[in-house]
Amino acid sequence: MNQELSVNHLLGISDLTPDDIRLIFDTARNFKEVINRPIKKVPSLRDTTVANLFFENSTRTKLSFELAEKRLSADVINFSASGSSVSKGETLIDTVNNVLAMKVDMVVMRHPNPGAAVFLSKNVDTCVINAGDGTHEHPTQALLDAFSIEQHCQSVAGKKVVIVGDILHSRVALSNIYCLQKLGADVMVCGPKTLIPTYIHELGVKVSNNLDEALEWCDVANMLRIQMERQKDRYFPSLREYANMFGLNKKRLDAVAKPITVMHPGPINRGVELDSDVADSDAAIILQQVENGVAIRMAVLFLLASKLKPNQYD
Amino acid sequence: MTPLTLINTRQLDLILQRLARQLVENHGDFSNAAVLGLQPRGIFLAHRINLLVEEILGTTVRKGSLDITFYRDDFRRRDAPIQANKTEIPFLLEDLDVILVDDVLYTGRSVRAGLDAMLAFGRPKSVELMCLVDRRFHRDLPIQPNYVGRQIDSIESERVSVQWKDTDGEDKVLLFNPNK
Repeated sequence: MNQELSVNHLLGISDLTPDDIRLIFDTARNFKEVINRPIKKVPSLRDTTVANLFFENSTRTKLSFELAEKRLSADVINFSASGSSVSKGETLIDTVNNVLAMKVDMVVMRHPNPGAAVFLSKNVDTCVINAGDGTHEHPTQALLDAFSIEQHCQSVAGKKVVIVGDILHSRVALSNIYCLQKLGADVMVCGPKTLIPTYIHELGVKVSNNLDEALEWCDVANMLRIQMERQKDRYFPSLREYANMFGLNKKRLDAVAKPITVMHPGPINRGVELDSDVADSDAAIILQQVENGVAIRMAVLFLLASKLKPNQYD
Repeated sequence: MTPLTLINTRQLDLILQRLARQLVENHGDFSNAAVLGLQPRGIFLAHRINLLVEEILGTTVRKGSLDITFYRDDFRRRDAPIQANKTEIPFLLEDLDVILVDDVLYTGRSVRAGLDAMLAFGRPKSVELMCLVDRRFHRDLPIQPNYVGRQIDSIESERVSVQWKDTDGEDKVLLFNPNK
């Protein structure tokens, strides 16, 4: 078993090997124990400074990263694009280089443009962690989703996972597909035809447009959020129709003979993709996902930081 | 490279018996004591000592394992990264007499990290240190053991390996010298 990640940045799941993912999970298990202690903090990153650069809105990912960094004793600075020099026309590279000039060791970035994290890693001299880049990837979300499946269902390999909803605009879906496949799970995507990319089957996933059929097939259902901000583009006639056809409720879940684990990356639109009678039931592991998110992000930060050179006197 | 046997199976058995009895002598019925094995290799010694103490006392003792990976002082300074192990302490250490157990005491840096890591579980009343092999004259820090299996004089390039019958096939302690 290797003890080191094969990458120096976390840009996407597509760059990781299955061994990398297993190493992150092994480390995350230890951090999960740490965050359940009376004192939830370890000193590993006490000489490391992390900048959280959020060029797009985020609540839980930002909180989760910030908490993970603080639990590791890193120094943290936060930046959000609104009210910053970005609105004055500063380029991404300039913005980040200015932050780095303040002696920052690692950068966690959320950006609306696909490929922003890869671009940044090639153009500035720092360790970059992608916290979501447009419709491309959201690697830590996929890692915590797969980790939650492993914790709840013992293993990921051989499990059948359906991802339901807006696959077209979802970085969570793409990262999840890569991650689950690397760990040996079978993946299906399900949603209205307008929200499923035409060539998605080339990634080796099954495609369905019928939620009840998908539920019959799967062990785990990951319900994605319908992105209200994109509804002006009219991908489906109405929210009510979407809820009728692709919303998960107790009646639907009970119609399937076997137990199904229900996941959601949050924030939930209750009554649209997920009804409260499922979201608050024992079948849902949504809050476990949030807890695991901190452990996974601690593991990623710790493993990437261990590859940084020690800080020297300049 | 043929290793030198520092402690053979019979000697190791005698040492373990002695260490267990020394613990019982100092901690009585163990009602206020807890034994913590340091990951990764100290847990094997702790396990064997616990079995012996429990045999002598006829009761179970508080035991746990402590991983120090996240508390090391050489993070980002090592050539090779180390992987974390499991910490399992199903009780609080507040006001307990803790016995920290490791197989080889060398620079003392692992023990320092262990003392740091332990504080996340409460403030112990006292902490003692037990080691099977004490490589004296190599300490980087002012740390000394309370219970010692054997003190040895070794040079820096040598390596001490403690082997256990459960995991390595035989109970023994070997000294490897890369030049021989």
